[in-house]
Amino acid sequence: MTATTTPGRIGGGLLDPKQLWKSLPDALLKLNPRTLWRNPVMFIVEIGAVFTTVLAIGDPSLFAWLITIWLWLTVLSANLAEAVAEGRGKAQAATLRAAKRDTMALRLAEWTPGQDRTRYREESVAASELRQGDVVYVEAGQTIPGDGDVVEGIASVDESAITGESAPVIRESGGDRSAVTGGTKVLSDRIVVKITQKPGESFIDRMIALVEGASRQKTPNEIALNILLAALTIIFLFAVVTLQPMAIFAKAFQGAAPDTAALNADGISGIVLVSLLVCLIPTTIGALLSAIGIAGMDRLVQRNVLAMSGRAVEAAGDVNTLLLDKTGTITLGNRQASEFLPVEGVTPETLADAAQLSSLADETPEGRSIVVLAKQDYELRARAEGVMPNATFVPFSAETRMSGVDLTDRRIRKGAAAAVMKWVRENGGHPTEEVGDTVDAIAGSGGTPLVVAEHVEGQPARALGVVHLKDVVKAGMRERFDEMRRMGIRTVMITGDNPRTAKAIADEAGVDDFLAEAKPEDKMALIKKEQEGGRLVAMTGDGTNDAPALAQADVGVAMNTGTSAAKEAGNMVDLDSDPTKLIEIVEIGKQLLITRGALTTFSIANDIAKYFAIIPAMFAGIYPSLDALNIMRLSSPESAILSAVVFNALIIVALIPLALRGVRYRPSSASKLLTRNLWIYGLGGIVVPFVGIKIIDLIIQGIF
Amino acid sequence: MSMTAAGVVFVLSLIAVLAVAYRYFGDYMYRVVVGRRHSVVERGIYKVLRVNPEGEQSWKAYAGSLLAFSAVSLLFLYALLRLQHVLWPNPDFPGVTNHIAWNTAVSFVTNTNWQAYSGESTMTHLSQMAGLSVQNFVSAGVGIAVAVAFVRGFARRKTNDLGNFWVDLTRITLRILLPVAVVGTIILIVGGVVQNFSGGHDVTTLTGGTQTLTGGPVASQEVIKELGTNGGGFMNANSAHPFENPTSWTNWVELVLILLIPVAMPRVFGRMVGQNRQGYAILAVMGILAVVSIALTNGFEIHGGGTVPQAIGAALEGKEMRFGVSNSATFGSITTLTSTGAVNSFHDSYTALGGMMPMFNMMLGEVAPGGVGAGLYGMLVLAVITVFVAGLMVGRTPEYLGKKIGAREIKFASLYFLITPLVVLTGVAAAMATSNHTTMLNVGPHGFSEVLYAFTSAANNNGSAFAGITVNTGWWDTALGFAMLLGRFLPIIMVLGLAGSLASQQPVPESQGTLPTHKPLFVAMLAGVTVVLVALTFLPALALGPLAEGL
Repeated sequence: MTATTTPGRIGGGLLDPKQLWKSLPDALLKLNPRTLWRNPVMFIVEIGAVFTTVLAIGDPSLFAWLITIWLWLTVLSANLAEAVAEGRGKAQAATLRAAKRDTMALRLAEWTPGQDRTRYREESVAASELRQGDVVYVEAGQTIPGDGDVVEGIASVDESAITGESAPVIRESGGDRSAVTGGTKVLSDRIVVKITQKPGESFIDRMIALVEGASRQKTPNEIALNILLAALTIIFLFAVVTLQPMAIFAKAFQGAAPDTAALNADGISGIVLVSLLVCLIPTTIGALLSAIGIAGMDRLVQRNVLAMSGRAVEAAGDVNTLLLDKTGTITLGNRQASEFLPVEGVTPETLADAAQLSSLADETPEGRSIVVLAKQDYELRARAEGVMPNATFVPFSAETRMSGVDLTDRRIRKGAAAAVMKWVRENGGHPTEEVGDTVDAIAGSGGTPLVVAEHVEGQPARALGVVHLKDVVKAGMRERFDEMRRMGIRTVMITGDNPRTAKAIADEAGVDDFLAEAKPEDKMALIKKEQEGGRLVAMTGDGTNDAPALAQADVGVAMNTGTSAAKEAGNMVDLDSDPTKLIEIVEIGKQLLITRGALTTFSIANDIAKYFAIIPAMFAGIYPSLDALNIMRLSSPESAILSAVVFNALIIVALIPLALRGVRYRPSSASKLLTRNLWIYGLGGIVVPFVGIKIIDLIIQGIF
Repeated sequence: MSMTAAGVVFVLSLIAVLAVAYRYFGDYMYRVVVGRRHSVVERGIYKVLRVNPEGEQSWKAYAGSLLAFSAVSLLFLYALLRLQHVLWPNPDFPGVTNHIAWNTAVSFVTNTNWQAYSGESTMTHLSQMAGLSVQNFVSAGVGIAVAVAFVRGFARRKTNDLGNFWVDLTRITLRILLPVAVVGTIILIVGGVVQNFSGGHDVTTLTGGTQTLTGGPVASQEVIKELGTNGGGFMNANSAHPFENPTSWTNWVELVLILLIPVAMPRVFGRMVGQNRQGYAILAVMGILAVVSIALTNGFEIHGGGTVPQAIGAALEGKEMRFGVSNSATFGSITTLTSTGAVNSFHDSYTALGGMMPMFNMMLGEVAPGGVGAGLYGMLVLAVITVFVAGLMVGRTPEYLGKKIGAREIKFASLYFLITPLVVLTGVAAAMATSNHTTMLNVGPHGFSEVLYAFTSAANNNGSAFAGITVNTGWWDTALGFAMLLGRFLPIIMVLGLAGSLASQQPVPESQGTLPTHKPLFVAMLAGVTVVLVALTFLPALALGPLAEGL
């Protein structure tokens, strides 16, 4: 998925029925009470199933055995949901393990920067023995033995093992593209890498643990929801247990009423009591809760985002403020030429031609964009360097702040206004004020002016005009920010530009606020200020100087291309290094919570129909008036109770795909979301079981 | 005027008066609880109690003071009742028996006012005034204080301080309950309620027999009985007795007194959290539940089933002709929707479904509008739970008024709504499993309803009696005493714990992504959650009682 994907369609892979079958053995293993007790709701169902099994053995009947079987199937369905969710991660983990083959590393003892290679003491060690701070040498064709930073050299690296992206990436010492990951392969050149990981705690190790769900801890909201579910379970447990003496009293009062399978003088049969309990306690959400959590993390992994904790994913749903770097996130990587503005007496074609000539060898994105614009607007074809044999290209240098080309009798320069004007004067020219005005106008609008000048042999040099370079805001950003606003998230653009430029771009992109001339410490201060107001902050970063801010932010997404320090500090890593993904992360976080809330509502709403099935089934025998509650007109007490139990088990299986995929989420205001979800899962939760139980009853009514 | 029309006018006029009270009396109460000044009398009280009125308490200290105060009240009241015959025997009654004294002491300290005795033939005037009346004031004060402390949890940020229990209790008693009680007493005396210290007169009745008419300070106790949603009558017949509630218009006044504080509490809440609309939302939920309940009860009583009611046009058995069916049904609804427990008719004689409604009102946890203070905090806890589920559905960590509802908050809130149903169900099961239920007056479902009603009333601190069942045995007095005690103080501890954890939070600023808790959608959902949670818990029990009988 990339930034251009239509927002709001967070979907997961569809559930393959084969997956259910494949996960069955795992689901059976999970019946072990020692693992099941962690899920109190399903643990109670299992105890109930054991109890009815004993009762069915003691006093066998078709009804007793059918109920018993379906109670076991209920537990199994819950386990299946979890197993399927985990199964998807396991496949990914297997691929990662393949990348983790034990490699040998060439360790350089006593390495110091810039030293001649022949002076190192080299030794060959197993990758697993590498410690933090070790320095290793890797060359083309070798696998990088551990996570670290490139300290010398540049190489192209195949990172497909972790990112799934087959195009190689460049890793070089210094700067923000120095991090390399163990298990990736160097394709060309050679690099010296300083290991930053502890043994056994490599990025791949963590990834494997994450996708397998081995280190899964319950998130804060999950814990809170579990408490609520436990409380509901306790209430229903009491409601069912205390019903027994009341029922015995009622039966004794109506002594003449015939005994039924549900109720005799000893009270309600154990099988029916357990059935009632299982139908009332929130089994649907209890069964699917952990699957929802695992699937949520999995959806992130599928988008190549690794969250170091579920807590971070949840926090993403709560984010109030989004800090976005301008370059690369809001705007395309670099400024681009948008317009040629010639001075009086110069045709636009002349200016375009000169600008293009001077940029032919300019490999900077700005230079390339000038060539592209010249071709687009004036159909000037790019001329190969060889076409002009006498051309000497003058590359940009920080000192001259210009670049250009020298032809036999003509020299062209382009660059910062002050520098080019100075060059014109030095070569006998007298630039008019017109150039200065144009330059000011461009700067005022937030763009960057690039002055083009020429010096023809024997004539004074003259300025030809100005190229307007501007930041190009990525397509669709404004819509995304509008969406964020509807979700209640404030977007803040961070840029090193001056306030004027920053404002122009902020207005164009539609962000709520901007921070201009930002230094790393300003970013940090902004985060702290927001947090003091109770807001949660999310940001992306890649550089080492981003690390403190990444650590301070509630959701810090580090780019995989970034430095190890940044990856350590953040609580998520984006393997695609796409800063706009933060927006998707927020949506996934929200979707995770919505799925839990929706299924909880659905689960509780289900109980209403189950009461209408079971209460008349139990008591209409002694109090015929209660048959009025049998509004579904279920055929017999046994089939009514069995239908409720069967529905209860089947609804879990039916909802597994929803739990894995997550409920549909569209960015909108809280009110709209609640209205929609209440209609679907609240009202649906009331109506669906009435229909479902009736249908099951119609199917099974012949049995009794 | 037809019976229905008269009933509608009665209810509408109540609503009109309460609408005014919400605004102005609510604002008055708000100023009392947030004020900074202390009157001379109050300073004197703080000096005697050795309390620093400026010192604030953490939730634990607040709860500690409250429990200590209630424990002392309980012991004092118990001793007073046991020793009433030696203290100031007027009328000359013996000391109250062991288990009735326990039951009564718990009952009045917990604002339940369940009465296992007949007031005019058991309690001396001293017991009534120094014992029961005093508790009528302070137990109501305790409820309001807890509600105020809870709301501070929402209103305050990053603090452990929830206010000072002694200051809250003193101010609420002296500045809210007492002045209204004085005015109310005068109105009721004008209306014909008795107020004297008579030891009783013997009169010859029309049939030639003799009857002792007990007088006493009835009006003063009647007012606080209603105002503090207590419900413990001076007389056994409670508000059905002509000395307590002589006319239809005193009946109306008594209902105004009952509803005055509970209805105005949401205003205090709205003012304290700085958003009046939040108060309106809570009031709306209470109002919807109350109006529906009152309408249903009236419907069941006026058009109810049963041979006799159908023959004479309405269920008249057990109702006073001077009030009529509708006013009685409305009174029965309102006293159970609040935690008043006063009765002006015999609930046991209601139609099966009509009799289920007061029970259901109490099972709701008495939140519409509920007892003084207790109604507000009960409704707010339900709001917290609703916000939790609704908050998840909008994709954020749930928050109410900017305070996050996390594991700790849900733990307190869950325990709160867990306790009362568990006490009710356990009590009923215990009575049914043992032979203690044999004291019921009726057999079958109706007899079962009597047991269910008794525990529901006690655990929810209502005190309303279905009547019929004989409950002044040792077992019933003790069991109901425990039900009242657990049903009052465990939830209070949970509420204060919840308040403490809310107060310590830094609120999250509101945004488009925040679930609005003042809109009709949330109001409807909160009302729905309240009804569904209760229905799911009690439906099996109700099926064996009123539903079996009434469907």
